Amino acid sequence: MLWYTGKRLLQMIPVFFGATFLIYFMVFSLPGDPISALYGERPPSPAVIAQIRAEYNLDKPFVVQYLLYIGNFFQGNLGTTYSGRSVSEVMASAFPITARLAMLALAFEAGFGILVGLIAGLRKGKLFDASALVVSLLLISVPTFVVGFVLQFVFGVQLGWARTTVSGAAPWDQLILPALVLASVSFAYIVRLTRASVSDNLNADFVRTATAKGISRPRVVTVHVLRNSLVPVITFLGVDIGSLMVGAIVTEGIFNINGVGGTVFKAIRLGEGPTVVSFIAVMVVIFVLANLLVDLLYAALDPRIRYAK
Amino acid sequence: MLALALASTGALALSGCASGGATSGDGSAIITTNGSEPQMSLIPTNTTEVGGGKIITSIFAGLVSYSASGEIQDEVAQSIESDDATNWTVTLNDGWTFTNDEPVTASSFVDAWNYGALVTNAQGSSGFFDNIVGYTDVANTKDDPTGATDDSGAVLQIPDPLAQTMSGLTVVDDTTFTVELAGSEADWPLRLGYAAYSPLPAVAFEDMDAFGQNPIGNGPYELAGADAWQHDVQIDLVTNPDYAGVRTPANDGLTIIFFASFEAAYAALQGGDLDVLDAIPESALANYESDFPDTFVNEPAAVFQAFNMPYYLEHWSGEEGKLRRAAISMAIDRAEITDVVFQGTRTPATDFASPVIDGYSDSLKGSEVLEFNPEEAQAKWAEADAISPYTGTFDIAYNADGPHQVWVDAVVNSVKNTLGIAAVGKPYPTFAASLDDRKASTLTGATRAGWQADYPSLYNFLAPLYQTGAGSNYEGYSSAEFDTLLKEGAAASSVEDATAKYVEAQEVLLQDLPTIPLWYQNTSGVWSETVSNVEFGWDSVPLYFEITRN
Repeated sequence: MLWYTGKRLLQMIPVFFGATFLIYFMVFSLPGDPISALYGERPPSPAVIAQIRAEYNLDKPFVVQYLLYIGNFFQGNLGTTYSGRSVSEVMASAFPITARLAMLALAFEAGFGILVGLIAGLRKGKLFDASALVVSLLLISVPTFVVGFVLQFVFGVQLGWARTTVSGAAPWDQLILPALVLASVSFAYIVRLTRASVSDNLNADFVRTATAKGISRPRVVTVHVLRNSLVPVITFLGVDIGSLMVGAIVTEGIFNINGVGGTVFKAIRLGEGPTVVSFIAVMVVIFVLANLLVDLLYAALDPRIRYAK
Repeated sequence: MLALALASTGALALSGCASGGATSGDGSAIITTNGSEPQMSLIPTNTTEVGGGKIITSIFAGLVSYSASGEIQDEVAQSIESDDATNWTVTLNDGWTFTNDEPVTASSFVDAWNYGALVTNAQGSSGFFDNIVGYTDVANTKDDPTGATDDSGAVLQIPDPLAQTMSGLTVVDDTTFTVELAGSEADWPLRLGYAAYSPLPAVAFEDMDAFGQNPIGNGPYELAGADAWQHDVQIDLVTNPDYAGVRTPANDGLTIIFFASFEAAYAALQGGDLDVLDAIPESALANYESDFPDTFVNEPAAVFQAFNMPYYLEHWSGEEGKLRRAAISMAIDRAEITDVVFQGTRTPATDFASPVIDGYSDSLKGSEVLEFNPEEAQAKWAEADAISPYTGTFDIAYNADGPHQVWVDAVVNSVKNTLGIAAVGKPYPTFAASLDDRKASTLTGATRAGWQADYPSLYNFLAPLYQTGAGSNYEGYSSAEFDTLLKEGAAASSVEDATAKYVEAQEVLLQDLPTIPLWYQNTSGVWSETVSNVEFGWDSVPLYFEITRN
């Protein structure tokens, strides 16, 4: 187990270099000079532009730029944005907010999703099951920004129960509404995954055995059915942590949350290599760690899974 | 220079609600409004976009400021005088101080301008000083004066500026300085309300980076403490009790909240989390008048939108090109497009500037070429075809990272339907990408163009865009007649004479059509009923100091 974990962690190293190199190359290959674009229709003199380009190493070949970046990276210097702020400072303000949002969303989708899915699975074909299927189908087919604008309008503008946009500090309570929006699609998937998995396992041999042994129904359901049904759900959640951290851009935009998605989007538009790559590097690490956690959880959930040396 | 490509929305209009709210003075009358994270740190000469611009003009007061209609009114200046429009004497009022109690003197201006122009400081607005004697020395736009050449014979560029300060700026005493311009410019004082001409306190030059994070100004507002600027979130401004100018705030302060999208800002205003929004998102164009029946504005502004026609393409030069450009212009139904696509938040263009600029006319000689006239368009196109038959597709390049696709499609469809030629929009992924092709003269057709004035002057709409070799004249238009008229206008002894020349210069443009004028972007904005006296300035930004909380 320890060996397996160590091996997986070591695999992160090539993934990290491969990902940062590729991303840096893609930002580098964006068409157009980012510095000239900063000034729109009225550029300063070529001498000024050349000087700013040199300041950000944009006048050097790609490989040199990348090596300079990686060199600074390992000295703890992630570079600066075109506005002169250090990238680490930008990350320190964006990541905690996105992390809070993602955790809330994860809690919503996992908590409610598994609960609804379990009940639907246990009462297959009944009214609750049918409504859960309809609602989840609706959530899957309606784009996030529609859900976002509708909830914002109803709860923020009409009822006034929540703030329409999140304030700078982004406290937990203001993030509830955005987190619900962010969680909506995954919630629907989790309901369906759990439901299918539960209804499969209800007919499994080990459940019949457990029931025959005289174990109480609640215990059969929670310990035997649910625990075994969670394997596909956990897989989904693991991948979803990554998307929640990275893919919240639509939700962040609607509620004006100063998070990771919007920051990266802005940096890509400006062609700020160091900002984009630094953010992506952290996301890659989060992704890899989340997947590792999921793989380890498999073993805990399903006794049939063991990791060989 | 406001970077239209990245963000911009028009605004200019008188629409104050007359109600005299008094300042409460207990700090409760803080007005919240929308903005965007400044692209650069808050240094006046390095702020070139709207987001930083509205903060700079709030915390600094220059020699003059602009009234709602764009007239200059004295701030720190007592007088700005000249006999020949070339040598100017600026006299300052006594009693102005920065918020660190340092007096505002002639040196505060001269040092700030010299800092802004010096090439090694790499300031985005350095070009604003290019008409001052000595600029070429500090901006390093000169080749090596010794005439040294490299192997290929090109004159070597010198690495360092020839001078650290502009010789045309002279401090006479604490309240007087003189400015010598490289050429006469009758309406030079009109420029001086622009942010780049703000004064700086001595402390700024000790550490400009630190100053840019926490600027010290002399304007109607000041930063509310050291953490006032929360990056990517908002900036908190409070009134400056020592402010001595004409823009005395009627509120207690200003919180500018940075929004990633106008949609979010609009929702915040509807939900009561924002007081004033100086834009209307596309999604609300159809219903903003019913959402805010008494608190909206929609008036033409100093933002000109057009598309440029490069001269280097086959079929688009000489007499043939002239006919074709006129035909294209007359094939566009501007009125319908502004109505349908923009819901009336654009106004069809009748000149190359804007209705809010002095010298505007809707009846310039030759302006009928800007009217929709299918028969005449077809006739001119046929006439051009007689010179050399046109084959191929007419395209208009635009950057897809801005909101341009819908109107470009509408324009090319109008051209296609009227002239019966193939016409398409040609998207570039980013503004930077389209700029590359424009600079390299490798466009395959027309290109979207827009201009927001830096200061309310006709000259500012013409010289940077169409003068031979001008910085933003990417499509390479060159007309001796136009250049001469601009020069004569600049040299005129009065602003009226100058304007007359610029009007004539526009009539030259109407014949040549280096750019096809489309429309003016309106000042459009909405505000909540909790505030009054919301008036928008000539530059589409609200006059924040006038706003009161009910």
